[in-house]
Amino acid sequence: MADIQLTSVTRTYGAFVALDEISLSLAAGELVSLLGPSGCGKTTALRILAGFDTPTAGTITIAGKDVTRLAPSRRGVGMVFQAYSLFPTMTAQRNVEFGLRVRGVKTPRRRKQAQELLELVGLGHAASRYPHQLSGGMQQRVALARALAIQPRVLLLDEPLSALDAKVRVQLRDEIRRLQTSLGITTLYVTHDQEEALSVSDRVAVMRDGRIEQIGPPAEIYGEPATPFVAEFIGTINRIESLIGNDGTVVAGDTTLALPAARNHTPGDRVIVLVRPETVSVGASVNGHGVRLDATVITSTFLGATTRVRLATPAGDITADIPSAGGGTPLPGATIPVGFDPASARILSLDRPTD
Amino acid sequence: MTRRVSPSSLTVLIAGGVFFFLPLAATLEFSLRAEHGHNFAAYGDLFSDPQFWSTLKLSLRLAGETAIAVLALLVPTAYWVHLRAPKLRPLVTFLCVLPFVVPPIVLVVGLLSVFRNVSWFLSTPQFLVPAYVILALPYVWFALDAGLRAIDVRTLAEAAESLGAGPFRTLFQVILPGLRSAILAAGLLTVAIVLGEFTMASLSLFNTFPVYVSYVGQTKATGASALTIVSIGLLWAAMLALTFASRGPRRKGAA
Repeated sequence: MADIQLTSVTRTYGAFVALDEISLSLAAGELVSLLGPSGCGKTTALRILAGFDTPTAGTITIAGKDVTRLAPSRRGVGMVFQAYSLFPTMTAQRNVEFGLRVRGVKTPRRRKQAQELLELVGLGHAASRYPHQLSGGMQQRVALARALAIQPRVLLLDEPLSALDAKVRVQLRDEIRRLQTSLGITTLYVTHDQEEALSVSDRVAVMRDGRIEQIGPPAEIYGEPATPFVAEFIGTINRIESLIGNDGTVVAGDTTLALPAARNHTPGDRVIVLVRPETVSVGASVNGHGVRLDATVITSTFLGATTRVRLATPAGDITADIPSAGGGTPLPGATIPVGFDPASARILSLDRPTD
Repeated sequence: MTRRVSPSSLTVLIAGGVFFFLPLAATLEFSLRAEHGHNFAAYGDLFSDPQFWSTLKLSLRLAGETAIAVLALLVPTAYWVHLRAPKLRPLVTFLCVLPFVVPPIVLVVGLLSVFRNVSWFLSTPQFLVPAYVILALPYVWFALDAGLRAIDVRTLAEAAESLGAGPFRTLFQVILPGLRSAILAAGLLTVAIVLGEFTMASLSLFNTFPVYVSYVGQTKATGASALTIVSIGLLWAAMLALTFASRGPRRKGAA
């Protein structure tokens, strides 16, 4: 059963439509991320769920109860903000205790619970420190402990890692996921960082212009993007503009590629062929691939584990990520074959809606 | 790390120091003058004058009442403007700055006509409180505004709300403790204004401390100097209290 249900939620500010009939349901214990560029409506959706904003139309239910018009303080929703949300004049301990104090929990029990939660987020030793004596990452851990203290039905995270260093970000996001899974708390996570969304979520909802463009498990969002926007927003992707040809081919630039999936489209339609760089191979490893082109190396950039090669082909420029360990990095100007497995390519029609 | 003070900045520093302290030193010296040599007679006379104490008491009382009134008016206003109506901030700032451009004499005449039909109020010194509240508006507003801008009011209020706190708990337990030093500064500025305001009190015929100071200045030369020194001493004591009070809680628990 859905634990949280947003039904046709719309929010407009004058003529601007921030949310356009969003429907979304979260199963109990599920973590769903709202991912999208700034201004796509993800934060509005979260604020509406928290009660800080009211929808123009539509309903929100939490655990079967309609909360659309309920005050934030009565929703039992735990929230972690971007930054600077800890009460500056209270110690970490007192911050975590705050929600319990509001609920009239007796002092000894409140202290014990707050202490336990601080231990849970690895800050048992910092209970008596003030927010300004804590690093950004520590502050967000305290904020998480504070949100969890009220044993919320739902946890809302509003870009909780965006103000932190890259290293702390990765560490903390793994920890958030671990805690969320072990507590089994239904969570909505708002972020503009696709790597973050893919790594912590059960499902990712990619948003654009107030609508959910696609929702699904991370692997599906990455591997089978439903729209060109999703494809390009998540990771790096090659976009080959083509026309559907006959008998499972597409015409791209001066060349024809054999792609069996093209049979599902009408000949003559304009399409884009999407291929992830890591599924493209160059040089000797091209052998056996269904699609094969002659290419000239434009640039070759060493990225550590992989090397990113830009190639000029008759079908347009193509990027390939090849393992650096193999050796024999192609040099700019070299002419080499490039290819990919037709099964790894995705064809999206520009003329008619997909599926 | 020690910083070298360049000769030119040292000159400026000394010139500034002379500019500030020479008149003070001269006043102090003059206040101690007697017919033969120096003594504390002027101070003795001052402290034994019942008028000194009664006017000081009246002014301190008015200062306290004004501070409470202006804070009760502006703290919720400033909080509300920052939280719910940030677009109104320039308007409120403009309104609060108005007393700077309205001469006190206009203000007092205006107030006298406003309260004309409430004669019992006109005859109590508390009549001055509304006027002083208006005079203190700009100072109190800027102090509170700066304090509120230094904390993320909206996020803090939303965090408190999501944890179940109502608006009063949020204001008193979350926002106000963070504004402690701003409120103290605003309060002390108000006290300083009231202890120094002459025009209105004199025009409406109340014998407040500044009126007494002016009277002494016209009648007793050394007494006026002694009074000046005492007033400055009071002011400095207030400033010191402010500095310590605003520093107190933050230092506690520092690693």
